[in-house]
Amino acid sequence: MSQATFSQSAFTQQLKKYYFFYTGGFLAFIILLAIAEQLGLSRQYIGYTFLVATIGLYAMIGIMSRTAEVAEYYVAGRRVPAFFNGMATGADWMSAASFIGMAGTLYLTGFDGLAFVMGWTGGYVLVALFLAPYLRKFGQFTIPDFLGARYGGNIPRTIGVFCAVLASFVYVVAQIYGVGLITSRFTGLEFGIGVFVGLGGILVCSFLGGMRAVTWTQVAQYIILIIAYLTPVIWLGIKHTGIPVPQIAYGPVLQKVTDLEKKLTADPKEQEVRKIFKDRADAANAALKDPGKAYAEGKAAIEKNAADLKAANAPADKVAAAEKAVAAYPKDVDAAKEQWGKEKGLAARAAPPRPHATPFPGKDEAAQNTARLNFLGIVFCMMFGTAALPHILMRYYTTPSVTEARRSVFWSLFFIFLLYFTAPCLAVLAKYEVYSGLVGSAFAELPRWAAAWATVDPTLLNITDINKDGIVQLAEIVIGGDLIVLMTPEIAGLPYVVSGLVAAGGLAAALSTADGLLLTIANALSHDVYYKMIDPHASTKRRVSVSKALLLVVALVAAYVTSLKPGNILFLVGAAFSIAASSFFPALVLGVFWKRANKYGAIAGMLVGLGVCLYYMAVTYPFLRDMIGITKPIAEYMWFGLNPISAGVFGLPLGMLTIIIVSLLTPAPDKETQELVEHVRYPNLRGDTVVSEAA
Amino acid sequence: MELTAKHEEYWRKNLVITAILMVIWFLATFVEGWYARELNSITFLGFPLGFYMSAQGSLIIYVVIIGFYARYMNRLDKEYDVHEEEVK
Repeated sequence: MSQATFSQSAFTQQLKKYYFFYTGGFLAFIILLAIAEQLGLSRQYIGYTFLVATIGLYAMIGIMSRTAEVAEYYVAGRRVPAFFNGMATGADWMSAASFIGMAGTLYLTGFDGLAFVMGWTGGYVLVALFLAPYLRKFGQFTIPDFLGARYGGNIPRTIGVFCAVLASFVYVVAQIYGVGLITSRFTGLEFGIGVFVGLGGILVCSFLGGMRAVTWTQVAQYIILIIAYLTPVIWLGIKHTGIPVPQIAYGPVLQKVTDLEKKLTADPKEQEVRKIFKDRADAANAALKDPGKAYAEGKAAIEKNAADLKAANAPADKVAAAEKAVAAYPKDVDAAKEQWGKEKGLAARAAPPRPHATPFPGKDEAAQNTARLNFLGIVFCMMFGTAALPHILMRYYTTPSVTEARRSVFWSLFFIFLLYFTAPCLAVLAKYEVYSGLVGSAFAELPRWAAAWATVDPTLLNITDINKDGIVQLAEIVIGGDLIVLMTPEIAGLPYVVSGLVAAGGLAAALSTADGLLLTIANALSHDVYYKMIDPHASTKRRVSVSKALLLVVALVAAYVTSLKPGNILFLVGAAFSIAASSFFPALVLGVFWKRANKYGAIAGMLVGLGVCLYYMAVTYPFLRDMIGITKPIAEYMWFGLNPISAGVFGLPLGMLTIIIVSLLTPAPDKETQELVEHVRYPNLRGDTVVSEAA
Repeated sequence: MELTAKHEEYWRKNLVITAILMVIWFLATFVEGWYARELNSITFLGFPLGFYMSAQGSLIIYVVIIGFYARYMNRLDKEYDVHEEEVK
């Protein structure tokens, strides 16, 4: 034992040393690049340098940690100290959606976006209290493993594999999409090539060294992503709050934003712009009622206008403009309908600014209460989904002991917290910049960052002088959520190298999550399906080879699906959480806390949970409704007005109830199973006969 | 194997602390969320309280809950002699 004692603590010391020098080296690298920028290194080369250097670094860690041993490949040898497993979980957890998307969502939706902040942190309380220590004591390789052992037979395991693969696959597609987006934006490569480069970065790591390589790379990725996220915010924070911890001091800035909202709501120029949008939306609505007539009338009117101007010998530019309008008029009724459909959407821009700090805004009491219910619904699903996503739970198999697993959840949430309590702060600071710096400036002299982004990418920032007064009104600005994080270095007046750093951080976030997810899918298929069900006598070498082969296949399929660009990413991510919460959570938790839960209950419960969740999404999510061909209005299918993203609110409790009822109606599990439950409940049950820690 | 009375007591204590921490979690999440509008009329550190809790306060409570649980259980293990061999 003294040998093991020495090696584990020496190992921890060594890790601390490595990552300390690694962090120092990374900072030195940034400083060198900053100097090179001053000496004239072009922006594109800075982008390339970051891309090549970081992916190369991850590849190097991957190669150094290559392995063909089962325990190393699946669970990193079970010797990852709590602190480092916390960092790895943080990187595993925080995806492109957290890094790039979160602050943007908060900017656009204000208080209501905080549902994700609460949900994606509070879920760790459930992980800590109900799952991590018990799964660690169980000590196998995958989450379906637990279902298989606890409930017996291949059916619970198979359902587990199906749900794990479904939830992880939906999620990994969103990650690869993020990788492609970031690579293409910062290097000018095409989206498809960006996906491919990113995929290379993901595979070189997980393919060679499995969980071991992924773990040590994720720690490295966490360090990069947190430095990248905090640096510009702290800089911006000093500018606005005077202290380097803006997270605790942005209250007064929020107050200023609220005051500006009131001012902008009442401002006559703003109202003028909003009125223009409202009129255009109203006109489109009216036209859509009788498209044929409206089309003919509109055409006649502009043709007459052009003819009149010509006849009256109007100035040449006016005539030209009128003729241009004739030429630009939709060529037939269908084209006109499409255009009116778009114009109709302008009604959204006719609304006054959404109050940032106010919870659940709505036009009346009923609308506000529905908004509140949806807020709590998202919180619920994100929390229970967190506590049921296999790629996160798997991380707690890699700690050396139950004690370390408990500590590790603490470190995980601590490292996640660092980013999640910064995002709302960043959203408020960015909003203040836009409301006070951009709004009210002349179109001729926009702030430098705004002018730059508006030309680079109009989907992220679009400013048009609607009322032709030469001054920017808030209603004239359209901001894409992703802009908030990307533009922060420039608003803060930092050199371009920091923008490159932010891109590298976003890439690290997307890559690390994709790594963890791909590994989860490949392991579920190779370990649970191939080894446990198809060929239980497979040699360890063969098991690892099968897993590696599957990893390649899954990665390619995921990249293919990504290249089809399947719609709304936030919904995909939300769906993954609802699916995981409904199918896994009840079976896992009752498996530990209720000895009486049996095989039949678990099978029925998982199917009911998943079924209810999928049914609710199918009948309330527009894309799926179209696919099945449901035409009755959504409202008829909605329960309590909850959005499809929160389907888990119904799936989870019904699944849990089903497990309880069916278990009580069928025989209690055998003695062996009951002993397994006792085995996982105590970190060390002396005299225990259950064999743990499969090799 | 048969569990001793001491083992049963360990598990009961675990359930009690789990329940207490879940109540705090529930208050910090769902009760706070439900009354966010009302809480916003109070100012805390320059923030409206409802906003502050959802953006930061509840998150801090979560971190503390998990830290406390780890400490409490790791001690309880030793007290009831169900702790693991040291691997540090």
